[in-house]
Amino acid sequence: MNIQANQPAAKLTVAETALVEAFSAQIGDLPGNGAVAGTRDRLLDDLKNAGLPTRRIESWHYTDLKNLLRSVPEQVVGTKVSSVAPLVKGSTVLSVLQGEAHADAEIDGVTITAFRDQLSDGSAVAGLTALDKDDAIGRLNGSFVRDGLALVVPANAEIEDVIELQASHREGQVHTRFPVSFGAGSKATVVERHRSETDAAALVSSISDITLEDGAEITWIILQQQGASDTHLAQIRVKLGAEAKLRLYVVNAGGKLVRQELRIEVQGEGAELTLRGVNLLGGDSHTDVTLVLGHNVPHTNSTETFRNVIFDKASGVFQGMIKVAPDAQKTDAKMACNTLLMSDDGDFSVKPELEIFADDVICGHGATVADIDRNHLFYMMARGVTESKARAMLVNAFVAEIVEELEEEKLVEPLEEVISTWLEKHA
Amino acid sequence: MLEIKNLHARIAEDGTEIIRGLNLTVKPGEIAAIMGPNGSGKSTLSYILSGREDYEVTEGDITYNGESILELDPAERASKGIFLAFQYPVEIPGVATMQFLKVAMNEQRKARGEDELTTPDFMRRVKEAAEQLKIDPAMLRRPLNVGFSGGEKKRAEILQMALLEPTLCILDETDSGLDIDALKIVADGVNALRSPDRAVIVITHYQRLLDYIVPDTVHVLYKGQIIRSGDKELAQELEANGYADVIETAA
Repeated sequence: MNIQANQPAAKLTVAETALVEAFSAQIGDLPGNGAVAGTRDRLLDDLKNAGLPTRRIESWHYTDLKNLLRSVPEQVVGTKVSSVAPLVKGSTVLSVLQGEAHADAEIDGVTITAFRDQLSDGSAVAGLTALDKDDAIGRLNGSFVRDGLALVVPANAEIEDVIELQASHREGQVHTRFPVSFGAGSKATVVERHRSETDAAALVSSISDITLEDGAEITWIILQQQGASDTHLAQIRVKLGAEAKLRLYVVNAGGKLVRQELRIEVQGEGAELTLRGVNLLGGDSHTDVTLVLGHNVPHTNSTETFRNVIFDKASGVFQGMIKVAPDAQKTDAKMACNTLLMSDDGDFSVKPELEIFADDVICGHGATVADIDRNHLFYMMARGVTESKARAMLVNAFVAEIVEELEEEKLVEPLEEVISTWLEKHA
Repeated sequence: MLEIKNLHARIAEDGTEIIRGLNLTVKPGEIAAIMGPNGSGKSTLSYILSGREDYEVTEGDITYNGESILELDPAERASKGIFLAFQYPVEIPGVATMQFLKVAMNEQRKARGEDELTTPDFMRRVKEAAEQLKIDPAMLRRPLNVGFSGGEKKRAEILQMALLEPTLCILDETDSGLDIDALKIVADGVNALRSPDRAVIVITHYQRLLDYIVPDTVHVLYKGQIIRSGDKELAQELEANGYADVIETAA
């Protein structure tokens, strides 16, 4: 037991100092009314006092942010970034370029607001909180967030075209927010895409606040394609109302230091969550997917399946916590995490946790870690498929299975393309 | 065409010697049956011919069309025309059968410096071969061998053989697990591929398959060696008297 752990962090690291200094430098410049400014100050103070989390903080045990975040890139002003073609053809693209939102597209019935306006008029202040005492991403993003996109989808709206929230940057720091609420009975598909135009270092924090009112049926796909030097700290906050159905896909195919926190509250009876993740890890990157899922009311279902492929010296972790509240009877939750370890130098840790306080529930989890099956490889090679091609096909098959569950061809094809392009580059 | 000279081979992992000085020559157009009791090294021989890593050749050589193939990996051997029909075809989830057929055919063509097949050409070839082997096209949309019955798996093997047009076909216990109707379909598929420049090695435990695929030569494998060779009469003799006589005479 290190006694110092119980004392306030006396000495700031290089990255912590840089964050504090960046905050001072921008203080007059960050959008927000008095209430927002006060909240920012408080969050930054908390960040400074607690410091970036270390492995001694349980929820950050496998991602020692204090040690991993060695430096913070400087703010770059006036960088020009362009948007690119959407993942799914025919999507409505709403872009955030180098942290600045362009809320200029129109979608029938949907209210689209630049988040900076909600900061300026103070309506965003309630969301600028940290979720708990170890919520470093909430603090960081709340202190620094400049812009983003806020969408309100009205009740019973059926949005035909896919909406792509496209966040692109080149370098420096980007802190964005995406509060999106889906009215009762509405239907929509959203692609939340994070991409870098360069391999220059960037620090990105992003929080999506997703609310599904009763009976909403939503597909939300997160595609993380950050640059090879980027730090991507993201949090997805989800609330599911009664009979709401959410298919949430998280595809990680980029970044150097990545943390995706999924904080999901199932709070309406009959709600259904389908959570799927594909983590493609290569180089010397580190990727952390941390799920905290609360089944808070009776009669809700969820399935969580993650497929991970590890190349080179990459490391990864999946932490999956499912909490079933005392009166959340008839909860049905199944979690699985399967990993294909393609390199002796890579590693992946899996930490499932179930906290069940109700007595009539079905709740399970399973995890596997394996190499490519040698029998599969020999069979394919014996038919003339070269070893590298056979391996690529087998890895591809392992993750494509998850994507194919989406069933809609217009979503499956481009995602399979992303996966095969990534694999061609890294395998 | 195929020449195996004084071949010695062992299991790489534990060093157990399985093949102990095996000699065999197979000519173009020939159908050679290799028979032998359980544990004589029949399946091992098929794996060694196709280049499975689990076995180590310690002595001797295998030449194919005058060239040693010992240094070639399974994919390189396949592109030279060597095909192994597996005794137990492997199920591969997530890889669609059609996709696999296309990749395998095109990879071999690429390795031989030929153009890739166009999609219509590929579809036509698959359709024709599938009809001949009475394979339901719906089966080809499923993942490779996944959920196929024993007979479907064996037919799928012969389908791949027909499409890949190898010059040396090795059938490893292709008759095991087949009922008589399936056996006839598979045998017809193999016989349709008979040609003066294609050789077939039929590895089998029983004489039954050889009623349908009639061999030119029959070789008895015992303890990693060919202890007797003959024509198709030898297979009938084995069927009538068992292996004991042949083994005794050889010893």
